[in-house]
This record gives sequence, C-alpha cells and structure tokens, in this order.
Amino acid sequence: MNNSLTNYLLHLADTTLILSQRNSEWCGHGPILEQDIAITNISLDLLGQSRNFYQYAAQLIGNTDEDQLAYLRKEREYKNLLLAEQPNGDWGQTILRQYLFSQFQYLLFQQLKESKDEQLAAIVIKSVKETTYHLRWSSEWVVRLGDGTEKSHQRMLYAIDELWRYTGEMFIAVDYEKEMGIDFNLLKDEWLQKVKLIFDEATLSLPESTFMQTGGKEETHTEHLGYILADLQYMQRAYPNSQW
Amino acid sequence: MVIALTIEEQNILHLLEAVTDPEIPVLTIHDLGILRGATVKEDKVEVIITPTYNGCPAMDMIAMNIKLKLAEHGYKNVTITSVLSPAWTTDWMSEDGKRKLKEYGIAAPNKRFAIAKDGVECPICNSTSTNLISEFGSTACKALYQCNDCKEPFDYFKCH
Repeated sequence: MNNSLTNYLLHLADTTLILSQRNSEWCGHGPILEQDIAITNISLDLLGQSRNFYQYAAQLIGNTDEDQLAYLRKEREYKNLLLAEQPNGDWGQTILRQYLFSQFQYLLFQQLKESKDEQLAAIVIKSVKETTYHLRWSSEWVVRLGDGTEKSHQRMLYAIDELWRYTGEMFIAVDYEKEMGIDFNLLKDEWLQKVKLIFDEATLSLPESTFMQTGGKEETHTEHLGYILADLQYMQRAYPNSQW
Repeated sequence: MVIALTIEEQNILHLLEAVTDPEIPVLTIHDLGILRGATVKEDKVEVIITPTYNGCPAMDMIAMNIKLKLAEHGYKNVTITSVLSPAWTTDWMSEDGKRKLKEYGIAAPNKRFAIAKDGVECPICNSTSTNLISEFGSTACKALYQCNDCKEPFDYFKCH
C-alpha cells in the first residue's frame, strides 16, 4: 500500500466533503432561488469529487469503503483544509471561501492532471471541468460584492479578515504531499497572482498580514470540524450500519 | 473504438439502449453517451458506464435500472463498472438525442455557447433573444434561461 498516496487521497476527499457539507447548509436559505440552486449544485459536485477520492482510497486501503471513510473517522483523523470547515458566515463569506478554494483547486488540478498515478489523473481531469464553473461563478460574485455597495464591500473586507489566515496551509507541503509531484511554490505564485487580479477588479486589496493558521492537513482542526462531523455522522453513529 | 463484440454483447447493448435517464426520461443512456460497453464471460455480465457529472444522483439509479433491465432478460450476475477516463463530454450526445431534448423543451448543447451566455436558441419558439438567468439549473448538467420573445423560462443542457 502506498501510504503517501492514500493519505493524499484522504486529504482531497475530506476537503471536498467538508466544503460540500458546509455549502449544503445553504439549501433552502440562499439569498435568491437561483443562487441557492447554484451553491447547492456546487455542493453536489464537490460531494461527487469526494466520493471518487474516497472510493480510490478505499480500494488502496482494502477492506473498507467510501461510507466507512466518511462516516466513521474521527475529527483527529480528518485531513481537510482548515478553510473548508470555516463557518458559512454571511453570503459574502461563503462566496469568498468558495472563491479562494476554487482558485486553488483549479490550479492544483492543472498540475495533478499530469500525475503519474493514472486513476488520480482520471479523477482530476473529470473534476476540473466542474471546478471551472465553480471558479467562474465565485469570482464573478467576489467582484459583484467587492465592487458593489458600501455595505457589500465592508462585508467582503470582513470576510477577508476572517478567512485569509486559513489560506497559507494550502501551499505548505506536509509529508504525504512531498511525493505527489506538486510544485507548491509555483502553485502559490499563480494563486496569489490570480487572486490579486480578481481582488483588484473587486476593489479589494490583498491583506498585509502574513500570519497563517496551519494543521488541517495533519489532523489538527479548528473547533468547527467537530460540530460538522456531529451532524454529518450522526445517523451512522446512532444507528451503526443503517442504510437507506 | 474497434473491439469485436460477440453477438450476445451486442444484444445486451441493444437491450440497454432502452434504459433512460431518470431526470430527462426522453434520453436513453445511449443518447447521452453514458453507456460505454459490455462484456460477457460465462454467465457474468459487466456493463461499463461513465458518469456525466461526478455528483449526479441519477447515476446510481441508472446503474440500478441497467441491472433491472438485464434481470428481465435473465441476466442475474451483472456488475456495473464506472470508468472516469476518458472523461464524459456532451460531444458524445447523439444527434437524435439532441433533437429529442429540444422537443422535450431543453436546449441542446451548442459549441457556440461552450461558456453559457445570452443567446442560446429558445427550444420553444426558436428565438435567439434569450437571457442566461443562472449557470446552474435544476440539475448539474443544465443552465437556466429565459426567452425574451415567448417569455418562457427554459433549461439549456450545458456543454461539458
């Protein structure tokens, strides 16, 4: 069993699952119907990506499946990015979280498309088609809100304050990422460049603060993840092996 | 793709052409390009399908309907294998499928609108004076439009 690959797949699966779960909290609560549908569509796409990563990880681990990996691992076993587990806040904060993530995922997938691992590459080539929509939709919204009214602009500034510190860990390779053939320096440069372009258009500036919170990829989380898992895993914990 | 199919495999594919998409029942899995192949080894049948969108909930139902359809014809030992590569694209949708979509009231994928924008032809009155309402529609594969002439809202099956 290739441990690094398995851990990396779990990291990708956990991140997309948790962000999907967060976005799905908007179901029925979106600011307008079309955007409620959009955010939940994105949620569904992310869940689909997550299932592919879990299924592949389960195959490598053996004697387990996607459901066990999602429903029966504890908080200190989850390897998702801290950004994914942050609360929805207002619509602006949800939009910014999605944009910062989609911009990262899009660029990461450009590199992973070339992965030497054929199944990982296949999942990524399939998924990046969807990520392209997420990126276009969320960047348009960042611009609309940042360059919108005084109030929406203020809220975006607040969202940046809340979320920026969770972006740093995306570019710091942990042990299991080192063999994945990812150029993290390039990824960071490209990401910053793109984010700056969108922020400029949105009349927002990149924060000067460089303090970054890390740990998600190594199973140390903010207080939010436990609550998410309590919701997500409730049925399997209360009624083990239940099916529907 | 040149792979010699046995007569039985051809028959199975032919049977499965009747399985439809639960969300868009006018389209068969053959029209959509989801059905990629079938192999028979002794009494074991393997059907190969490819998902449209990763999270599409219709895929599980399609897999079940394939098993049911084959069971009707006596095939009991059936496995469904989902392959991701090459990634599904709307280019695989048959011309017949596109025609059926339009008749059903959904605008078919059109390369000129690879990125969804205003102007997709209204499937009801054929006007091209239409507005994109949202790039995300009632299912992952569709975008939402409104026609400025007949005023009807309609779905556009996105290029993917």
